[in-house]
Amino acid sequence: MTMTLSSPAPGPAPAEAAAWRQSLGLLWRDKFAFAAVLFLILVAFAACFGPWLLGPAATKINLLARNAPPMSTQLGWLYVLGADSLGRSILARIIVGAQNTMMLAGCAVVASLLIGSLLGFVAGYRNDWTSGVILRLADILMSFPSLLLAMIVLYVLTPGVANVIVVLAITRIPIYLRTTRAEVLEIRERTFVVAARVMGASPWRIVWKHVRPTVTPTLVTIATLEFAFVMLSESSLSFLGLGIQAPEFTWGAMVAQGQSYLGTAWWVAFWPGLAITLTAMSLNLLANWVRIATDPVQRWRLETRSPTHG
Amino acid sequence: MADQDGRPVPEGNGHLVEVRNLSVEFHTKGGVVPAVRDVSWHIDRGETLAILGESGSGKSVSSSALMGLIDIPPGRITSGEVLYRGEDLLKATAERQREINGSRIAMVFQDTLAALNPVYPIGWQVAETFRSHGVARASANAKALELLERVGLPNAAARFDDFPHQFSGGQRQRIMIAMAIALNPDLLIADEPTTALDVTVQARILGLLKDLQRERGMGLLMITHDLGIVAGMADRVAIMNGGRIVETGTVREVFETPKHPYTRSLLDAIPGRHGFPEVAPSAGGEEPLLRVEALSKEYASTSGLFRKARAPVLALDRVSFTLGRGETLGIVGESGSGKSTLVRTLVGLEEATGGEATYRGGSLLRAKEATRQIQMVFQDPTASLNPRMSVQEIISEPWAIHRDVVPRENWRERVGDLLVQVGLSREHAARFPHQFSGGQRQRIAIARALALKPEIIICDEAVSSLDVSVQAQVIALLKSLKDEFGLSYLFIAHDLPVVRSFADRVLVMHKGVIVEQGTTRQIFTDPQHAYTRELLGSDPLLGASAAA
Repeated sequence: MTMTLSSPAPGPAPAEAAAWRQSLGLLWRDKFAFAAVLFLILVAFAACFGPWLLGPAATKINLLARNAPPMSTQLGWLYVLGADSLGRSILARIIVGAQNTMMLAGCAVVASLLIGSLLGFVAGYRNDWTSGVILRLADILMSFPSLLLAMIVLYVLTPGVANVIVVLAITRIPIYLRTTRAEVLEIRERTFVVAARVMGASPWRIVWKHVRPTVTPTLVTIATLEFAFVMLSESSLSFLGLGIQAPEFTWGAMVAQGQSYLGTAWWVAFWPGLAITLTAMSLNLLANWVRIATDPVQRWRLETRSPTHG
Repeated sequence: MADQDGRPVPEGNGHLVEVRNLSVEFHTKGGVVPAVRDVSWHIDRGETLAILGESGSGKSVSSSALMGLIDIPPGRITSGEVLYRGEDLLKATAERQREINGSRIAMVFQDTLAALNPVYPIGWQVAETFRSHGVARASANAKALELLERVGLPNAAARFDDFPHQFSGGQRQRIMIAMAIALNPDLLIADEPTTALDVTVQARILGLLKDLQRERGMGLLMITHDLGIVAGMADRVAIMNGGRIVETGTVREVFETPKHPYTRSLLDAIPGRHGFPEVAPSAGGEEPLLRVEALSKEYASTSGLFRKARAPVLALDRVSFTLGRGETLGIVGESGSGKSTLVRTLVGLEEATGGEATYRGGSLLRAKEATRQIQMVFQDPTASLNPRMSVQEIISEPWAIHRDVVPRENWRERVGDLLVQVGLSREHAARFPHQFSGGQRQRIAIARALALKPEIIICDEAVSSLDVSVQAQVIALLKSLKDEFGLSYLFIAHDLPVVRSFADRVLVMHKGVIVEQGTTRQIFTDPQHAYTRELLGSDPLLGASAAA
């Protein structure tokens, strides 16, 4: 995407508008990706405005509605998904919890993606002692189970949103680092990179213009997979009492909380779990679409799909 | 014999494999594309049939159908039958097809590095062919070794446990052939088996295939774009163009009295049919553009903990030559001859360990600035153009690197100019490399090389991966650009005929040493060095006349 935008166009505004329209057209042709985008917009909306709209409703304890079953509007539409053990509306809590969940998972994933891929680029491109040092550090990090590492760190530090983000980000860095390094090692030997070197391109330019665009789709795909993983790791931490601390909550914390009621009130854990699944799946579908749409060799797969079919 | 080829023949007439009226189409975004239409051919045991065609002619489609390798969808076989000993393989079950593949019909591919599994030793891989058919491990290994020795793999016993990347292209092709013939197939399909190889290696591999065919009485189906291979190998030839067989017959018939205009144009495009280039009398006393003196490059092999240090490899051994203004210097050598190392050293990708190279009197090996005047065109345009960049971005990249050449607002205009100069059109700037054919991609690569207005262009096997007729077009383009811009070329090739029609002078390299240099006429008509003579003799087309 950045490539088409950075190309020297005489009038950038119309070209950009056309590019947007073209992207939208491509998105419309992939119905799954389109639905995924709609869902993600919904989640983003909930994350932005949820606490403001439903903040009080999400924390209001209603003992009459304890473990109220879903699909009934007797207690009002807020209880359509049922209520948790303290009689709080699950719908409201999912909407309000979107903010913490998204921020936490988003920050952790983006941070580990940026740091991991940066180190991966260095390790892959330099391939000397710096590479060795970086890789051994990654090995050390990888040799701990990430959840165990998170538990130790959070036990020492105080559990809180910022610390959870830091811990989750650090433990997931090696994934990006290793992938990036492997790809960079391969790409730097390709003829078009050699051609750029012969033209006199600086290493920075080669990394930025040739290696980065080739690696990015892989990294984006991994990041979306990681998104779900981070959300679930956070729920495990919450379950152990080392994650987000009440009264703050996330979807993961809600799942953890509902686990003890699985036999009697499955909906307490089910709905937030569904929210996590759908978000992760949507991100995945979107990532898949982005990968195809940004690859000039594969874009035709989207272009040939007839827009008229359902 | 012509009636054998077109007319349907009754079953059980003894043909080993017969393809009858095969039509295959592919469903793509642009609708249905017919890959082959109404193709018929047959092959008997002990016979060599060549299917000759350029890329996109559909020459590989019928053999893919034979092996059950056509992906359905997008492919669809609309009509015809493929008979192996009278049995229609298109109707065979997947299991039956697998039974036949490998053991009765075997295939050798062009890209040996991709076809061999990189994580297993080659001996293991050859032995696996036997083991998968129930031979015990020890005897499978013994058979594998015997086979590797038969295909002429040097030091087979010692190298049994080496991995594919440790072998040269020719050796890998020998290993592939060993695997293909392991189960004594009736038919061996060789799909461009020597395209990536050097001429002398090619000659030896082709000789090996011929020997094995004679020895085992196999049918041999050669799929190739190379007329030389057809001339040297085949009994009969089927020439394909645009998905149809345009002409078929014995090689002698087709070569001596071509009937179809396409065949005639193919025969006409053979480089070197039109005599030697006029050598411009060099103006005496003029300082050459490029002067290389005693350039050496030594690769020290590192000794590991468990490995003895080998003797350092001398990739370039005191190489000296000059390149004059407006001159085309052909550098001919096989892989391992040091020609690539020479190029890489000149453009600064490798550091020389001795000697000097000067461009207009200034050192190339130490200065960085001169690189702008020396640009390069690579062998494989598919690999040398970034698939994620548009043509506009690819051609303007040199200007993004060297900011002072063309101001940014003129890029679009200049890219269009360059595209027109290399025979493409301005509208092509917005497209991406994969939307072009191989020849067009090479034109884009040439446009990119021209962008910095260089004085010297190094063509590193720049036409080797192209079809014959496209090759001729690209060479014609290089010639006209040379006159237009006053370029000098260093033209690296393993292909002698190409050099013959294009280079003013030729330099023959072997094992890092220049064994002979002289004008093209001298080298081709009066080679002095034994190696040059071997090179000339290895070329099937040149060699045919020499041997006759």
